[in-house]
Amino acid sequence: MIEVRGLTKHYGDRIAVEDLTFTVEPGFVTGFLGPNGAGKSTTMRLILGLDRPTRGTATVNGRAYQDLSAPLREVGALLEARAVHTGRSGYNHLLALAQTHGIPRRRVDEVVALVGLESVARKRVGGFSLGMGQRLGVAAALLGDPATVVLDEPANGLDPEGIRWIRNLLKGLAAEGRTVFLSSHLMSEMEQTADRLIVIGRGRLVADTDVASFVAQASAGAPVRVRSPAADALAGVLGGIGGRCEQLEDGALKVFGLSAEQVGDAAAAQGIALHELTPLQVTLEDAFMSITKDLVEYHESLPEGEQPGVPLATLADGEQQ
Amino acid sequence: MSATASPELPRERALQGVTLPRVIRSEWTKLWTLRSTRWSLFLAFVAQAGLGPLIALIEMSRWSQLSLQQRFTINPIDHSLGGWHLAQLAVAILGVMTMTGEYHTGMIRSSFMAAPKRLPVLWAKLLVFSAVTLVLMVVAAFIGFLGAQAIFAEHHVNVALGAPHALRAIFGVALVITATGAMCVALGTIVRRTAGGIALFVGVFFVLPGLVDILPSATANALQPYLPSTASTGLAQALAQPNSFTPWGGFALFCGYTAAVTVIAAVLLKRRDA
Repeated sequence: MIEVRGLTKHYGDRIAVEDLTFTVEPGFVTGFLGPNGAGKSTTMRLILGLDRPTRGTATVNGRAYQDLSAPLREVGALLEARAVHTGRSGYNHLLALAQTHGIPRRRVDEVVALVGLESVARKRVGGFSLGMGQRLGVAAALLGDPATVVLDEPANGLDPEGIRWIRNLLKGLAAEGRTVFLSSHLMSEMEQTADRLIVIGRGRLVADTDVASFVAQASAGAPVRVRSPAADALAGVLGGIGGRCEQLEDGALKVFGLSAEQVGDAAAAQGIALHELTPLQVTLEDAFMSITKDLVEYHESLPEGEQPGVPLATLADGEQQ
Repeated sequence: MSATASPELPRERALQGVTLPRVIRSEWTKLWTLRSTRWSLFLAFVAQAGLGPLIALIEMSRWSQLSLQQRFTINPIDHSLGGWHLAQLAVAILGVMTMTGEYHTGMIRSSFMAAPKRLPVLWAKLLVFSAVTLVLMVVAAFIGFLGAQAIFAEHHVNVALGAPHALRAIFGVALVITATGAMCVALGTIVRRTAGGIALFVGVFFVLPGLVDILPSATANALQPYLPSTASTGLAQALAQPNSFTPWGGFALFCGYTAAVTVIAAVLLKRRDA
């Protein structure tokens, strides 16, 4: 169980995390979603005692990380930033960490096998691929058989097989009753892995919800792509029922404000032929825009520049589904 | 890959925590599992053990060309330990890198997650590094001394271990190099960058004395004994230095400097974001 209360971190003038409050419960995979630069890594570093909060607290099982007497046995962590000496072999890296807690060599062998690194564990980490590095990080996180696992962008650098592997691993850990907290800037990754979602943007809490309702909320405003030989007539019809059309370069229309069903029904009612009707996927950017739009209205009283809903255009980092 | 199914993790939670002896054990592993560390220690050892005999060999081979005065100024103790400056440099660089190597690679985050109180990491590093350096340098200094004396014996300028200052200089070399290494671990902790840490060491030991030299001589003479380089050198040589404290007095001062730098390092390590 991870409890974050009023957590705030400023780096000089820059606000990295502002007044975050949430709880990560055991038995679920809790996704920590936000665009690059939203404060996910900072939050995790605060939880792991690597950075000091400006205000507020982060506790694991009721205690600050620094006060845990056997941290690796309670929390396993995979950071996004490198945290391994490249000159050491993977096995010796794990061994050195294990020795701080009196964890036996046998356990080192176990986690090496668990992540499938047997063949390269004795080689220097400097020669590891990104994916092998991630597997080593997962091995380090599981070394102490912790009840809480914190992973920052674990899918980074993994191939599709590796991503499937880590997804199943995390689900398995949660099914064993552990607390699993993982961050990602990819919504698709969260849809497939997480049960619950904590969404942040610009260092502030945007949503604390379950995955299904977040996706539903985010997809509500998704545009529809439609192609018709009578595009102009169709645009007129759709405009009449509250849609907003945008002409695409290939002659198709991008319709905002209407679902695919509404577009198809309207066309059928007017006898307009359709050659294509595609609900477009919500991009992460769209999702954040739509979700944070509500927050702007909700927080209108906040001072200028301190609003959680300030333009998030830079947040999505070009990630498209 | 091996684990596409959910993993079977053994539930062995004897909640034994992080202790200083365990962190020391871990730092011992860390020290010996890096190729660069082994090479640096090897280099320091070879310099300390081999340079003295080499100097002796050169002096003995040129014996017939040496003037009488040159023959008299051969100091068999200091010449046999002549490699100590090079050994000190190798140990200093390695000392800086035991810490900065972790910051540079990000390993420090793993170290702090395993030992979140942080200070045990610093104490363990200091202890392991100092102990290893001290043992290696004592052995190397003895080898260098005895090897050189065997060579000096050719023209009977050799001395025995029981000669005045001989043992003091042998252990002195090892102690001074060890204290320098410890100071450099602390410097590395403060600076967190390899280049900066080494620059700081070079600045304090090689540039600072030069700067003091260009001051008015009264001021320079007053400052000289307090320089870390001067304070540390006395104990490592048999020949007394001009304008300096006693060998042990100077070393005590140098240890004081090391302690002060270590305290600063400890405070910063505890306070700063990793």
